[in-house]
Amino acid sequence: MKKEAKKTLIKLVVAVPLMFAFGFALVPLYDVFCEVTGINGKVFQSEYSEELVTDDGRTIAIQFISTNNENMPWTFKPSEQVMKIETGKYHGATFYVKNTTDKKMTAQAVPSVAPSNAAAHLKKLECFCFEQQELMPGEEALLPVKLLVSNELPSNIKNIILSYTIFDITDYDDEVLAHNQMAME
Amino acid sequence: MSAVIENHHDDHDHGPAKGITRWLYTTNHKDIGTLYLWFSFAMFLIGGAMAMIIRAELFQPGMQIVEPEFYNQMITLHGLIMIFGGVMPAFVGLANWLVPMMIGAPDMALPRMNNLSFWILPFAFFILLSSLFMEGGAPNFGWTFYAPLSTTYAPPSVTFFIFSVHIMGASSIMGAINVVVTIMNMRAPGVTLMKMPLFVWSWLITAYLLIAVMPVLAGAVTMMLMDIHFGTSFFNAAGGGDPVLFQHIFWFFGHPEVYIMILPAFGIVSHIIETFSRKQLFGYSSMVWAMLSIAILSFVVWAHHMFTVGLPLAAEIFFMWATMLIAVPTGVKVFNWVATMFRGSLTFETPMLFAVAFVVLFTIGGLSGLMLAIVPADFQYHDTYFVVAHFHYVLVPGAIFSIMAAVYYWIPKWSGNMYDERLGKLHFWLSFIGVNVTFFPQHFIGLAGMPRRYPDYALIFADWNMVSSIGAFLFGFSQLLFLFIVIKTVMGGKKATDQVWEGAKGLEWTVASPAPYHTFSTPPKVD
Repeated sequence: MKKEAKKTLIKLVVAVPLMFAFGFALVPLYDVFCEVTGINGKVFQSEYSEELVTDDGRTIAIQFISTNNENMPWTFKPSEQVMKIETGKYHGATFYVKNTTDKKMTAQAVPSVAPSNAAAHLKKLECFCFEQQELMPGEEALLPVKLLVSNELPSNIKNIILSYTIFDITDYDDEVLAHNQMAME
Repeated sequence: MSAVIENHHDDHDHGPAKGITRWLYTTNHKDIGTLYLWFSFAMFLIGGAMAMIIRAELFQPGMQIVEPEFYNQMITLHGLIMIFGGVMPAFVGLANWLVPMMIGAPDMALPRMNNLSFWILPFAFFILLSSLFMEGGAPNFGWTFYAPLSTTYAPPSVTFFIFSVHIMGASSIMGAINVVVTIMNMRAPGVTLMKMPLFVWSWLITAYLLIAVMPVLAGAVTMMLMDIHFGTSFFNAAGGGDPVLFQHIFWFFGHPEVYIMILPAFGIVSHIIETFSRKQLFGYSSMVWAMLSIAILSFVVWAHHMFTVGLPLAAEIFFMWATMLIAVPTGVKVFNWVATMFRGSLTFETPMLFAVAFVVLFTIGGLSGLMLAIVPADFQYHDTYFVVAHFHYVLVPGAIFSIMAAVYYWIPKWSGNMYDERLGKLHFWLSFIGVNVTFFPQHFIGLAGMPRRYPDYALIFADWNMVSSIGAFLFGFSQLLFLFIVIKTVMGGKKATDQVWEGAKGLEWTVASPAPYHTFSTPPKVD
């Protein structure tokens, strides 16, 4: 084979694993993109911040939605469906859960925010979705969320929906869960 | 003994080997091209048979012939087989036959890899088709295999599906690398890039697209495999993954894939229209630039397949405009073909009929694509039969008509015999009527709200579905006539001249008909 042909061949053969890797790189890139732009309603845990607290906030409504994923039998609902809150202030809310089965189960809640451009302004100090819930048969609990909506929330948004879907993860093995937990933090 | 000596003696000018080993061990670009084309014909008939089952079930409302589960397997396999087994191998086959002859090269640059890239394909499709007989049935999640349908809820045969997609991908990548290395390094002296025939240009661009996106598809199915068997959560929300991520990765592959299936068609049609108009192509360099811009734009429009997943407004607007922008270079091509025909001395032999039908019907498919690009309209059309009508218009009278046109156009060169013009025209008119009767009514039922991928439908859609099914049977069975015509031509017929067509230009028409086993062992002179 001619020397130039070999060069072309090598370049192309190198391009293939690079594009394969790029496919996998899309996974973190996608997360980074969501985090930076706040689209897709993903909200990550944030530290307490004095700067965000203001006195000239406005009143908005925050609505809580709970959904059970496929065969999840637990009772899962917000203590209050709608709360009036002030932007620039920390507020607490709770969700009620009950393990209605006769066996010990583990659950994981996954949050989502609508409208998606509100997600970047929603700061969660504390959320049950950052960890797993393990409940004994018949056990019930109140799960806390502590959040602040920053004063920079676009003024056309008067209503935020915070939705949680609860998944049954009892059968997942511990190693996988530990790995996924790391990925979420 | 003497035979052995003779063989040795003829080492430098031998014809094909005898028997089955000719095809198993061949490294000849013409043999491999033939293998690809016959393989794709077989897959076209199998995928077509599945389409017949689908249309038979949809002939009347209510469940008539198959179980819903089996129907889902049929739509999935029909899509996968037609795309990866029908259209793509047919284009690779045409590239194998034509690219070396068009650029004056003796063979492909990597003949042994060429053999490998063909011979792994039958295994891929054997694995895919064998899943029909496995417990739980074949893949049933649609050809787009969205997670979690293809992960959490998939039948056990999904692992075989993943493996077969890996093999198909490897085959395409090897084929594409071969095409690029051949075109970049083996052109006869004087064949500069901007003097290359348009089919060669279209394949050079297609090959780059394949190298860029087939590995991403391999990545997507690998992630599925890991989610299913190794406990990762790429697409599983319970474990911190995201099902929408799957759609982004899939369509990052999927949209360039659409152009992989149409760019070679652009090349073919340009040659045929030029020949039968007996004129120079209206604008060669604008055709090249149009194909390049389409290829580049194809990487930034993928999310128009997923307008309804809840994208932010800015993204919806960006992808809408980017998608509409593609209409500009595509329009350049369509006007180019029309301008080439304008005031030409036109004759309408079978290849020209298919090529002209391509221009008209592909444009209809392109225009319904523009309608789908409009975000608010797409919320209405998404996942309806309007989408089915749209992509079948660009793929059947688009990609597949161009392949048929290419077969009629070049088969005299391949076999040395002219096809039966009367039968060819009959095949064209049956196909043309069949394809329109099948797919045009699907625009209506789609706009009226019939969702795709269901085995049953509301009574109001009954009439047009029956019309569509009748058209499908007409189109489907006409393809047996095509098979007959091809076999008849290969077996014998009027001898073809070397130039074959009065207006044909290009190096492939300077060699004898049928093309000798080895051509351009010494490069031709081109000025």
